[in-house]
Amino acid sequence: MGGRVKPGHDAEAEIRTVTELTHLTLAEARDGLKAKTFSATELTKAHIQAVEQARALNAYVRETPDQALAMAKASEERIAKGEARPLEGIPLGIKDLFCTEGVETTAGSNILKGFKPPYESTVTRNLWNDGAVMLGKLNMDEFAMGSSNETSAFKPVVSPWRREGSNVGAGTSGSIEGTHLVPGGSSGGSAAAVAAHLCLAATATDTGGSIRQPAAFTGTVGIKPTYGRVSRWGTVAFASSLDQAGPIARNVRDAAIMLRSMASPDAKDTTCVDMPVPDYEAAVGRGVKGLKIGIPKEYRVDGMSPEIETLWEQGTAWLRAAGAEIVEVSLPHTKYALPAYYIVAPAEASSNLARYDGVRYGLRENGKDIVELYEKTRAAGFGREVKRRIMIGTYVLSAGYYDAYYVRAQQIRTLIKRDFEEVYASGVDAILTPATPSAAFGIGEKGSGDPVEMYLNDIFTVTVNMAGLPGLAVPAGLDAQGLPLGLQLIGRAFDEETLFAAGQVIEDAAGRIALPQAWWKA
Amino acid sequence: MSVDQKTVRRIAHLARIAVTDEDVPHLQGELNAILSFVEQLNEVNVEGVEPMTSVTPLVMKKRQDGVTDGGYADKIVQNAPATEDNFFLVPKVIE
Repeated sequence: MGGRVKPGHDAEAEIRTVTELTHLTLAEARDGLKAKTFSATELTKAHIQAVEQARALNAYVRETPDQALAMAKASEERIAKGEARPLEGIPLGIKDLFCTEGVETTAGSNILKGFKPPYESTVTRNLWNDGAVMLGKLNMDEFAMGSSNETSAFKPVVSPWRREGSNVGAGTSGSIEGTHLVPGGSSGGSAAAVAAHLCLAATATDTGGSIRQPAAFTGTVGIKPTYGRVSRWGTVAFASSLDQAGPIARNVRDAAIMLRSMASPDAKDTTCVDMPVPDYEAAVGRGVKGLKIGIPKEYRVDGMSPEIETLWEQGTAWLRAAGAEIVEVSLPHTKYALPAYYIVAPAEASSNLARYDGVRYGLRENGKDIVELYEKTRAAGFGREVKRRIMIGTYVLSAGYYDAYYVRAQQIRTLIKRDFEEVYASGVDAILTPATPSAAFGIGEKGSGDPVEMYLNDIFTVTVNMAGLPGLAVPAGLDAQGLPLGLQLIGRAFDEETLFAAGQVIEDAAGRIALPQAWWKA
Repeated sequence: MSVDQKTVRRIAHLARIAVTDEDVPHLQGELNAILSFVEQLNEVNVEGVEPMTSVTPLVMKKRQDGVTDGGYADKIVQNAPATEDNFFLVPKVIE
């Protein structure tokens, strides 16, 4: 990193500085700012430049460089006075699901285009109160419904990862040529931005796997906290009993630092718990000696790829070598979690998304009467996947079908949660599973005919949302095509600390995954 | 269970989403794919199982029934497509 950027420096030195500053971990950047090795403005400027040069990836849907520089300047003053807060001067990307005061917030949907919230979500408020800097809003699947970022009204995000020997490269006029890979979803913009060094960390949300699956696809770390750990206030709602916000970061420690700032009690969210937020970073180096780690046999699904199987065995061996006791456990209702989810989540979505009616905010298509106004507005404003889920939700909640579908799904949810409770009651501290059934796939490769093909991406992650538990995805290796694969650790309710401790053991054993070089640069 | 085209139109109307004649067949196919996927839930014995109402054992938070916020109608309507004097405007509802 060396000295500060001075006027009259040569272009090569500038590029080097941008790369050096954007390639720091969040913890390293925090320490560098504190030691005054570089300034908050320099750190933010480097990120702004990296974001501008990566527009072809489509990770950001809105850049806020002026706001970022103003926030960085305020941080600089704080640091000078010795009043730095936990995230002072740290540039972050914000998923476009979090309402940001005065900054357009769309949830990746046409129906919310132009919506400027007059309030700030609790999560982002907490981050700004801790000194963080906002670089902009990140692309996502529309209303967080998707596993590939392809349902976004702002077009898909291109993963910074390429298959070995792939033809993808920077094309002319800021486009990208060749077969693109998806970064996963719904937090695809968050995962791509973190992996491509376009922010030091990002906020994300997870309803069925939307933090953990994109983290696994991009070689980054993501944690979905326990339901109720992070406030949902000011975060656009998808399925309220499953939605939970968490961070995506480049390593376990950075994710721990982020979660501590994102989480808080909140009187504005009645499901948010009044429990103090632990110092998660302190748990990172704790190790797994003496812990009991469960391996659930039901996750060994039919047709599982040998690569995933090997990865899982490797992860088990790493934890054992670090002193954990490994036990086989049984979660008998695992296979029913995904179908039950596709009743519960659309049912809640159909109710939550009723508010988009063309009257109070967002898009409006006029009609001859109020019903036609609603119907035309919603037909024009929602994309195909969102319409599909609202309709499934409407159907399973409709008279005559409610008991057969919705009540049964909620009964099965009770059984899924009970499975986990029995395993934890037997003394197991955390559970290790694969994060996804495969590595990232290409844009347009999945789900065009049968939506269920795409839904199967969440087969290992969705159980955790159904049971309200915390889950961490950590990179553990590469597949034969050179693409990252992740493992998932599932914890007891409100025991995120054990996940950070065990996640660090896997990260140390696997070695840091080398993130892709900036081939996309404009 | 599967849905026919008439049911697709009825659901769309209940959900207040206009559908065209071209939309109906593909929506029918997609909805039926999802419904056939969730069919496997019928294998599970749910006799006597309580349906989940809260995923974490939460006690409902209570607070004083007092005004804690508000007084900014202009902010409430600032994103609305059509307003007048801080009211939302809609087509005539009552004849």
